[in-house]
Amino acid sequence: MDKAIKILKKPLTMTLIAVFFGFIVAGIILAAAGYPPVHSLAVLFDGVFSSPKHISNVIIKSTPIILTGIGVAFAFKTGLFNIGAEGQFIMGCVASTVVGILFDFPPVIQIPLVVLAGVAAGALYGGIAGFLKAKFGIHEVLTSIMLNWIALYFSNYICTLNRFHKPDTIGTYPINRSGYTMILGNYKTTEAGKAALAQNEFLRSTVLKTDVNVGIIIAVILAVFIWFLLYKTAKGFELRAVGFNKSAAEFSGIYVNRNILHSMLISGAICGLAASLYITGNSPHGIATLAAFENTGFNGLSVCLIAASSPIGCIFAGLLFGGLIYGGQSLQYEVGAPSEIINIVIGVIVFFVALTRIIPPLVDRFSKGGKKHA
Amino acid sequence: MVTGNSDYAVQMHGITKRFGAFYALKDMSLDVKKGSIHSLLGENGAGKSTLMNVLYGLYQADEGEIFINGKKVDIKNPNVAIANGIGMVHQHFMLVEDFTVTQNIILGNETTSRAGIVDMKKARKQILDIVEKYGLAVDPDAKICDISVGMQQRVEILKALYRGAELLILDEPTAVLTPQEIEDLLSIMHNLIDDGKAIIIITHKLKEIKASSDTCTIIRRGEYIDTVPVENVSGQELAALMVGHEVKLVVDKTPAKPGETVLEIKDLVVKNERKLEAVKGLNLTVRKGEIVGIAGIDGNGQKELVEAISSLVPAEKGSITVCGKPIINTNPRTVIDSGVSIIPEDRQKRGLVLDFTVNENAVLERCRKEPFSRKGILNRKKMEEFTQTLIEAYDVRPDDCGSRRVGELSGGNQQKVIIGREVAMNPDILIAVQPTRGLDVGAIETVHKTLIRERDKGKAVLLISFELDEVMNVSDTIAVIYDGKIQDTFRQGTVDENTIGLLMAGGKNHG
Repeated sequence: MDKAIKILKKPLTMTLIAVFFGFIVAGIILAAAGYPPVHSLAVLFDGVFSSPKHISNVIIKSTPIILTGIGVAFAFKTGLFNIGAEGQFIMGCVASTVVGILFDFPPVIQIPLVVLAGVAAGALYGGIAGFLKAKFGIHEVLTSIMLNWIALYFSNYICTLNRFHKPDTIGTYPINRSGYTMILGNYKTTEAGKAALAQNEFLRSTVLKTDVNVGIIIAVILAVFIWFLLYKTAKGFELRAVGFNKSAAEFSGIYVNRNILHSMLISGAICGLAASLYITGNSPHGIATLAAFENTGFNGLSVCLIAASSPIGCIFAGLLFGGLIYGGQSLQYEVGAPSEIINIVIGVIVFFVALTRIIPPLVDRFSKGGKKHA
Repeated sequence: MVTGNSDYAVQMHGITKRFGAFYALKDMSLDVKKGSIHSLLGENGAGKSTLMNVLYGLYQADEGEIFINGKKVDIKNPNVAIANGIGMVHQHFMLVEDFTVTQNIILGNETTSRAGIVDMKKARKQILDIVEKYGLAVDPDAKICDISVGMQQRVEILKALYRGAELLILDEPTAVLTPQEIEDLLSIMHNLIDDGKAIIIITHKLKEIKASSDTCTIIRRGEYIDTVPVENVSGQELAALMVGHEVKLVVDKTPAKPGETVLEIKDLVVKNERKLEAVKGLNLTVRKGEIVGIAGIDGNGQKELVEAISSLVPAEKGSITVCGKPIINTNPRTVIDSGVSIIPEDRQKRGLVLDFTVNENAVLERCRKEPFSRKGILNRKKMEEFTQTLIEAYDVRPDDCGSRRVGELSGGNQQKVIIGREVAMNPDILIAVQPTRGLDVGAIETVHKTLIRERDKGKAVLLISFELDEVMNVSDTIAVIYDGKIQDTFRQGTVDENTIGLLMAGGKNHG
């Protein structure tokens, strides 16, 4: 009994319960909208798991939001709400695209250059919000929401420049091939290479048909690194101390403002990394004019929430999120359910995760009730 | 099973309350007679508040019975408690700052006319009746944010009386009051019991128990120890019952042997948050091997003085040096590195990161220093070992709390963590601001002993306290602060409480 209570109180258990209830509510909503719930959900799962191609696509879709999720989670752990992940992601995309188009070095130089450009742009952009908070005490939520819009229109402006704009499209040219980070990407450039890939069933359905790239590996390494930074280093100790209690941190001789700035720089850098890996690893390898936010950064907020701000948790939360978005597409074209349904499912899961705070008291109540009758 | 007796306002029998495997209360009993003041005495974390929360319906007991006026009751929630005439005044007041006294009192219990409109006039009249009856001295039309802490407390008492309380529970009622306000409170309490009401006070101040109560029940580690008539026992005996062993209420120490100057403050001027001068040309010297105590009423510049020493706020003028090195207007880290350790007044705001573990809090200032980290990588094992030595040396309870959040510890144990940490920094000067606030006698004794031990090791110690007794007992030199200046300094034993009390109130300036 006690063991069961302990398990029930674990954050992971609660998240799983939340996800479970999310699907139940989704089923109810599907049924209410006139779609067979069990069949619809089965289609959703099929769309995620039924083939290596699907799985590979889910991972590809998930990579950027895992990374922005880690970025937001890092800021959260240090007491900052980085709602500017969206803007930092956009600026990262812009910088990577611009640098990737302007330069054409061999891959060993080109790839780090393009990636670093994105990281630096994201870091600087996050740093602006951090600087304004540290120097003038302006809340990071206000500044970064405004910065998001600036990023959106700046990105659109870049798309109009002759040097970058690809004629007859709404976007830019792709970056130079030397900056691509797809796995076995070179094989796909020649007919012989494609034929070689096609011979192997697994490679054919994953590498050949999708943009498999190194992003996920980097995301996993980064999650571990950020966890290490937060919990195993003196810097992380200081960052978290500032996040939990600025007054005590200040009193203990920790430089509060410097740590706020560092936190936003790092958080922004992670979002920038998400962007540069997206640009280098996914078609069309460039940016396009945006009518609205594409939500890669905002989805990072939801991922972070589902993961309860755990960097490692962001990997799984991001895969769940990516899976829902991708699997949702098959729901759309096989069952005919509108894509909004999938947004509802995601919303419900996030909502239930937020609600899981009520589980520990409920467990307490039930266990106490049980003892009373015993 | 004992049955109820209608001579008693409340009887709690065999109360047991568990939190997981931990017994907060074990077969605890309490009998409070009508028309009496009953104090509940116990150390920090002994279970006083838990017992009262059970009585007020905030917690449910796992076992035991409660009788009100001889009738068995099942107090499921505070509404049942209120309906049974129980009122509680918490240590932290629960008032709406922007509401008037009357609005606060009727909140949740509004007197309405037939149309459902709040009848303020009638409510105000009822409140004034109670005010007059018990001598509460409260202006029903004042806003909460404009009145003193003492009056806010009276509003809380009024709130309980307005709801028909026959039994009042006061949780550490004097912790926030000035000596004059304490007197007023005592006289109000006597007016209430003369009217047949009963009062339970939760406290660990022995002096007040002697001054106010008829009976005292002692609780230790959740268990009933004894109930004694207060007039027959001495403070010493009460303290021994509470702690479980003999306690010295008078501080034992040898004469100080002051050495070279460590902290020197000259003509210091500091402004407060409202940009008014709070420290107005203060001079102070603290030497090795002596404890200098600053006596004074809260709000005479003590807070700003400490903030200026620690470089949290800039000083306008003057100088502060530690062992000859100027530290004024630098930053907290430089001050700490210069050999200054401060036990802050507000332990939860300044002293601790409540969401950090005890281990992490124990090295808050030193996470970057060896052996707690090397090349920026934390050494958790060294942190744990160090914390364990602190836990043992200062008797922090529970003794396996290292990996728990410090916020889960009781206030007294939190304070022990801070004191242990600051002393372990091995500073040249240890500054203790209100180090015993909210602590029980056992813990107070530990704190005082620690300060004296550090003095004997040749450290300079600066004690800032609003408790005159503490300053008089512990300090070798007593400096009286009033209106941002040190009015005078005395050697311990050369001056009596009245002289200092007069200076604290600004007596010298008026003649």
